[in-house]
Amino acid sequence: MEKIPTRIAYGQALAELGEENDRVVVIDADISKITGTHFFARKFPERFFNVGIAEQNEMGIAAGMATTGKIVFASTYAVFASMRACEQVRTFIAHTRSNVKIAASHGGLTGTTDGVTHQGTEDMGIMRTIPDMTIIMPADAIATRKIVRELAEHQGPAYLRLTKIPMPIIYDEETDIQIGRAVQLRDGDDVTIIAIGDMVIRALEAADLLDNNGIRARVLDMHTLKPVDKGAVIKAAEQTGAIVTVEDHNILNGLGSAVAEVIVENRPVPMERIGLRDTFAESGEYEELLEKYGLNTRHITEAARKAMGRKL
Amino acid sequence: MKGQKTETKVDSALIERLEQKAKAIRADIVKMIHKAGEGHPGGSLSAADIVTALYFHFMRIDPENPDWEDRDRFIMSKGHACPVWYSALTELGFYPRSALDTLRKLGSPFQGHPDMSISPGVDMSAGSLGHGLSIGVGMALMGKLDKRDYTVYVLLGDGELNEGQVWEAAMCAAKYHLDNLVAIVDYNRLQIDGPTDKVMPLDPLGDKWRAFNWRVFEIDGNDMTQVVEAIEAARKRRGLPSVIIANTLKGKGVSYMEGQVDWHGGKVIDDSLLEIALNDIQGGE
Ligand SMILES: Cc1ncc(C[n+]2csc(CCOP(=O)(O)OP(=O)(O)O)c2C)c(N)n1
Ligand SMILES: [Mg+2]
Repeated sequence: MEKIPTRIAYGQALAELGEENDRVVVIDADISKITGTHFFARKFPERFFNVGIAEQNEMGIAAGMATTGKIVFASTYAVFASMRACEQVRTFIAHTRSNVKIAASHGGLTGTTDGVTHQGTEDMGIMRTIPDMTIIMPADAIATRKIVRELAEHQGPAYLRLTKIPMPIIYDEETDIQIGRAVQLRDGDDVTIIAIGDMVIRALEAADLLDNNGIRARVLDMHTLKPVDKGAVIKAAEQTGAIVTVEDHNILNGLGSAVAEVIVENRPVPMERIGLRDTFAESGEYEELLEKYGLNTRHITEAARKAMGRKL
Repeated sequence: MKGQKTETKVDSALIERLEQKAKAIRADIVKMIHKAGEGHPGGSLSAADIVTALYFHFMRIDPENPDWEDRDRFIMSKGHACPVWYSALTELGFYPRSALDTLRKLGSPFQGHPDMSISPGVDMSAGSLGHGLSIGVGMALMGKLDKRDYTVYVLLGDGELNEGQVWEAAMCAAKYHLDNLVAIVDYNRLQIDGPTDKVMPLDPLGDKWRAFNWRVFEIDGNDMTQVVEAIEAARKRRGLPSVIIANTLKGKGVSYMEGQVDWHGGKVIDDSLLEIALNDIQGGE
């Protein structure tokens, strides 16, 4: 299976977008080689700005650029975008409803061997508490390219979470991917597994395993964490009666929380959450980390059985 | 050497000993990164002479008692260059040599970036750039308050100086006359996206620090004699914080890495590259 880091797909998509839309400008903080923005920089040097290792400055500059009608893509790692420059993002990008798309690589444990300083495992939660912020984590390169195009048309602030490591391609070019609309990847009526980003492939694997044992799991790619697709969640609760959420992120205030909020207010059903159990991780290979921190395929199947077992 | 005058004449036996040590440290750096399959050799090698001089001559530390309250402190603010730190700490006996084979692996004390919560001898976690000098100011302030005579050394990258927080800390250190604080800038003139001159020009760098009321020493940071003289002078208490601007070569000591931006990180040292590297290090004067 072909594998591409979504950060690279992002950079390539930007380079294409630059061709069609001259309002697109890109800003980076000395990691353009890693975030993928170098693809854009090479083609459009006059619309690319490298501000050095200065993420707060970067987000402030992005806000300033957006006041002139530009579509600004601002890249760095998830930790720095959401935490180092948090107030710049909150007050001067979100509150101002600036047209700034923050593209953050090293989402979750995809930061792997670099360790905690480079693993953005709280970023979605932080972003989710900021009003008006759209949050998206695509599952593969194809979804990433489609989302980048959507973002160029989308008005206002957005946070695009990307992977450091290569992700298998699960979509084809024909798939319709729209901001705010979950993609149903498998149908089933025993349980629904709702996943985001790098966890979508694990959810699919888990659904296959369950299927071998006669359990039909619905799988939703909830690529847009905010605004979460309420309709899809309520439907899943009604039709399958049990839900498992899966995210490469702290268990607090990410996908599990967003889904729980919807079902508690609309259609309470048993639910299990997969994610980091309110802990920091450490250096390690991706597979090792998923296993140690309980985010692997088998953890998902166990959670699915547990949620089903709790049905009334 | 430019800037402030250094008074001492250092003895050649000491320099000879430290130069040998620096070779051992450099060899450990490339072996570690070879074994790990990744890591940051360029900035580890450029800083090897500075870290060697600090840990094998200047710093008051005790491997038996890593948390000794009167120890000198070292903050590796450019945390990605931790292989040089891990090598020095291992040479000093903080870790068994076998630990060098575990860099970046699950469960290792040698995390991809330094983690003080699990690694003895690591005085502060690092890896997100631009934080270390502030933390050094905090340690130096409390040294004064508690009337302890330790010195706090903070190693900064030149690219790292792009972070505004570094300058907030610099201003503050001068306000409080922190002459127990020594910052060292590894001025290897490269960061990830290219030369510092292209990504974010820093010159005149000495003048910037002087304008912030620091004592400034500008040296060749890969010349052990100059490194030792500068640290000796900078640690003297003169009522102001000191900065050593160490002009270095990124990748110093390994022919194919020297001055090469691509050897910052993200490349593999395979078996044959390791052999060349070890030869270069042994052969180098
Ligand atoms: C806050 C922050 N932004 C970005 C990075 C990613 N990063 C790691 S090393 C590096 C370049 C560092 O350059 P420099 O300070 O010159 O270090 P050296 O040349 O000594 O290796 C960057 C941008 C980081 N670790 N922390
Ligand atoms: Mg540098």
